[in-house]
Amino acid sequence: MNAIPLMPVEEYQRLQQRSAEDVKELWDLLDEVKDPEVPVLTIWDLGVLRDVVREDDGQIIVTITPTYSGCPAMDNITSDIKQALNDAGYNRVKVKTSLAPAWSSEWMSRDGRKKLREYGIAPPEDAELDEDGLTPDAHAQCPHCSSRNTRRVSEFGSTACKALFQCNDCNEPFDYFKKI
Amino acid sequence: MSDAIKAATLEYATRLGDDSVVLGHRISEWISFGPFLEEDIAYGNVSLDYIGRARMFYTYAAELASDGRDEDDFAYMRNDREYRNLLLFEMPKGDFAYSQVRQLFADVYYTVLLPELVQSKDETLAAIASKAIKETKYHLRRSRDWVLRLGDGTEESHKRTQKAVDALWGYTHELFDMDETEQLLADEGIGVDVSQLRDAWLKRVTDILTEATLTVPEDSWEVKGGRIGYHTENLGHMLTEMQIVHRSHPGCKW
Repeated sequence: MNAIPLMPVEEYQRLQQRSAEDVKELWDLLDEVKDPEVPVLTIWDLGVLRDVVREDDGQIIVTITPTYSGCPAMDNITSDIKQALNDAGYNRVKVKTSLAPAWSSEWMSRDGRKKLREYGIAPPEDAELDEDGLTPDAHAQCPHCSSRNTRRVSEFGSTACKALFQCNDCNEPFDYFKKI
Repeated sequence: MSDAIKAATLEYATRLGDDSVVLGHRISEWISFGPFLEEDIAYGNVSLDYIGRARMFYTYAAELASDGRDEDDFAYMRNDREYRNLLLFEMPKGDFAYSQVRQLFADVYYTVLLPELVQSKDETLAAIASKAIKETKYHLRRSRDWVLRLGDGTEESHKRTQKAVDALWGYTHELFDMDETEQLLADEGIGVDVSQLRDAWLKRVTDILTEATLTVPEDSWEVKGGRIGYHTENLGHMLTEMQIVHRSHPGCKW
């Protein structure tokens, strides 16, 4: 039986957005820009990259949104974007930060989720939220051995976007990318 | 936007930024002094959320002021009399119970305030609030857990937590004060009428304190003044430390 590939509306719209004729090459160039905290994810994968516009006068405006209010990676990402585009010959680049709508982990690409898991970080969908809509105290799936027999060590991890878990089967600690 | 509204919004964004940066800095003072590593990291995370909010509020204030100042000028180049933060947030970190009780009061405050601010007709304020709401849920769960654990813990932890509640209670009234500026913005649908929020705050705080076997104090005294720049001596000391690098090396970039 053939499986029908479905994708969330949000992801479909993002893909449509990046395949627009006049800016496609710019989106492709920006795939070089990685999240400095999670270097396997591009800013596209993460959903931080919101829009790329080429103005009539040739100026390029890139819009990004922070994952968390205090995310210290935003300054690095901004300069990396400028660098990537400058290197490709685009000299007039402006990076804008947009706050609304607030970033959601739903925006992470499927490819990004897979890469995250391979890197040793459980992606947002690998845990069911608890009744408060927050990170649960157990059962996030271990990215190393796939066990669900895990426990939360702390809701706050090495960066604002992650919580810390430990697997009760393979004993490995691991980061879980919070669902928000 | 009329001039009066613009001036009031600038003042409001500055106040909200001041609240965030002062509380964020106080929380950061715990880093490396937490009772265990995960708690240290949690403090770092929560602090960062507040400092991030402060940046967003100050950036907006600077945009409204359009006099050449930027977010750093707001944070580092104003003295205590120019700061407009709530006094509760500038109190020194005290012991662990004291900081957690203050955090509980603050987290419940933002839990009732932010859903109102999200409705603001001002798009930037609404956008900042919508980011902060998600973070506050995590903050509250943590401070609530700690207050329950300490209040309903050992004789010593109970005693210290009750002492913190009693010491901080008189500073919570200011959280729900309105003045002309805020009233104007509330009438315009831009700001929040915080005087309407005290009942909801009190109910949630009472529930948590009661569950933690703590006593809700009588309303016997109150201290106010932060919103007009009258501060306790603590803020000056804090700002000295927070601003020293920036003021010693003006314009420095690295």
